[in-house]
Formats: sequence, C-alpha cells, structure tokens
Amino acid sequence: MGLLDYFRSSQPKGSANVAKERLQILVAHDRAERHRPSYLPNLQREILEVIRKYVDVDMNAVSVNYEQEETHEVLELNIVLPDTVRNRA
Amino acid sequence: MARIIVITSGKGGVGKTTTAAALAMGLAQRGSRTAVIDFDVGLRNLDLIMGCERRVVYDFVNVINHEANLNQALIRDKRCDNLYVLPASQTRDKDALTKEGVGRVLDELSQGFDFIVCDSPAGIEHGATMAMYYADDAVVVTNPEVSSVRDSDRMLGILASKSRRAESNEEPIREFLLLTRYDATRVDNGEMLSVKDVQDILSLNLLGVIPESKAVLNASNAGVPVILDRESDAGLAYGDAVGRYLGEDLPHRFVNAEKKGFFSRLFGG
Ligand SMILES: Nc1ncnc2c1ncn2[C@@H]1O[C@H](COP(=O)(O)OP(=O)(O)OP(=O)(O)O)[C@@H](O)[C@H]1O
Ligand SMILES: [Mg+2]
Repeated sequence: MGLLDYFRSSQPKGSANVAKERLQILVAHDRAERHRPSYLPNLQREILEVIRKYVDVDMNAVSVNYEQEETHEVLELNIVLPDTVRNRA
Repeated sequence: MARIIVITSGKGGVGKTTTAAALAMGLAQRGSRTAVIDFDVGLRNLDLIMGCERRVVYDFVNVINHEANLNQALIRDKRCDNLYVLPASQTRDKDALTKEGVGRVLDELSQGFDFIVCDSPAGIEHGATMAMYYADDAVVVTNPEVSSVRDSDRMLGILASKSRRAESNEEPIREFLLLTRYDATRVDNGEMLSVKDVQDILSLNLLGVIPESKAVLNASNAGVPVILDRESDAGLAYGDAVGRYLGEDLPHRFVNAEKKGFFSRLFGG
C-alpha cells in the first residue's frame, strides 16, 4: 500500500456497507414472505366474493397485507370501492 | 444414539464438503465414532476430499435399495479408526433418496456411531431437504457475500419448518454459523462483509470463521481433510470449530488482519 492509498483508506469505506444494507432489506422481505400464513390467498378470494355480492368491485379491489410486529400480527385489508357507489347512495 | 449434524448452505460452492470432511475428521480424532455421508447424489465429491475414492464399492443408494448392507458400503478411514465414509451414488437419479430409506440408514448408523455428519448438496431441492430432514444440529456454511448470506437465511427458514423436528414439534434443530473463505484484509478495507455484518443479519451461534486459505486446495489435491494440516490457518480454524462444537470456549483466531505498521503501509510493505 502506497502513500496515497494510506490517506485514501481514511475516506468512506468500500462496497461492504452497501452489501449489508441491501442484504438487510432483502432478508427482511424474504422473512416476511416466509411468515405469511398460507390461508391469505383464499381469504382474499372469499372476501372479494362477499363484497361482490353487494358492490360491483374490481377483481383486484381487495388487497390483503400481513405484517409481523414485535408482539402481534397485523392483518390489513384494503378495499377500494368504485366512485359510483357514493353516487348511488 | 448418534447426533446427526447436517452441513448445509443453500448456495453452492461455499465450502460444505470441505467442512464436512474437516469436522468429521476432527470429531473422530477426538475419539468419537463418526460417519460422514455424501448426500450429493450424482455429483459425489466427498470421497475425493477424504482421499478414499478408489475404495468405493457400494454407496448410499445401494444401501437404501437393499443392494448392499451398511458394513459393505462404509469405508473406514486409513488415518483414523473412528471415521467412516458413506459415499454418494454417482449415476442414479436424485429421487433415489427416499425419506424412509434415509431414515432407515440413519437409524441403523445411530446404533454404532456418536456422530453422523451429512454433507448436503447445494440448493433447496430434494437432496438438500433429505440431508437436513433428520438433523439434530445444522452447520450453516456461509461466505461473506450477499447471495450466500441470503441463501443461508432461506435455509434457516427451511430448517425451522420442514425438518423432522419441526414437523413433530420437537425441540428445534440447533443452528450454527460457519463463516468460510473469510479475508480479514478485505474486510478491513471495507470490501467484504465482516463477521459482525453477517451476524447482524443471521444472528446464529458462531461455530467458527475459516479464512480464505491456499491450504484448502492443497488438501483437496492430496485427498487429505484440511483439518489434518496443523500448519495451516484453515486447518487450525477448523480444529477450533470442532472444539467449540464440543462445548469448548475458544477465542476466534484469523478474524483480524495482521496489522501492518505505519511505515510499512507508508512505503508499500
Ligand atoms: N477456506 C477456503 N479457502 C479457500 N478455498 C476454499 C475454502 N473453502 C472452500 N474452498 C474452495 O471452494 C471450492 C468449493 O468447496 P466445496 O466443494 O467444499 O464447496 P461445497 O459447498 O461442498 O460445493 P457444492 O455446493 O458444489 O457441494 C473448492 O474448490 C474449495 O477448494
Ligand atoms: Mg459439496
């Protein structure tokens, strides 16, 4: 290692920190996928069926999100109703 | 009853077979009756690394299919009386490893051995899941590199959900991290993930850090498990890992780069 390198090495570090950041995001995502209960797709389909009995919503109007927090799990349902519903009421 | 140890990783080429050979030899040298099994059907390599390739007559699949009994297939190591190798089959299809067949062979081995070391093939398919299914302990071999760490994490998910212990709600498999091909100088330069970086993500029991070492290729060229090379850094690191596995509290060597003095750095030493 020469003189220049010596001073250069005190500058921001190499690519390892980028690797670590990418990994942390990737692994968190993988783990979330892994812990998703296997009933989620069925749940989503059945909820959609029920809603469609009453409202003419789109096939992808229901999104189901599952998240694991420290002490509990959160199941988040998001239903997008079409504009016309409000008008009809 | 034997303790069954799987050497696994997900990603290929990270050092599983090198590790299986080293740990099995290390355990045997410390007096435990040890069998090491090659689960890499179709790509057998363990016999080469162990240096017994010319003594293979029958293999793991022959025993599963009742074409040979265990005593005919097990190869006794010439350097260590406590160590036996069960080679993989070279040609047959991978489905030859059935859950029942593997279970039966492991049961029979359990009667006469203290440790059974299972060298897993790469991937998360059939061969790899068979290798880990009956395990009591798992050594997750990981290189300090993004795809290897990610695959190790996925393998941890499989160990926790698809093993015999998981399926029968027994105490989970004990998981150990073995970080291999570690280059402390590159870590110091910020070019390679450090032990701490990897542990921040996987947080496992650290069995050892094996340095990137020329001794590994020398050992495999000669068919001698690298742990027998007591002059080498990798050999010593594997020796320490065996000690830790058996409960010894040993400091991690080879984790820090040899520090160069200010002047040698200044003048390009
Ligand atoms: N600590 C090390 N230092 C240098 N080279 C190493 C080290 N560990 C393993 N290697 C080399 O890496 C290569 C792969 O090693 P090995 O066959 O043990 O990996 P593997 O995980 O069993 O591979 P596969 O997934 O194909 O079964 C070999 O060439 C080996 O010599
Ligand atoms: Mg291998």
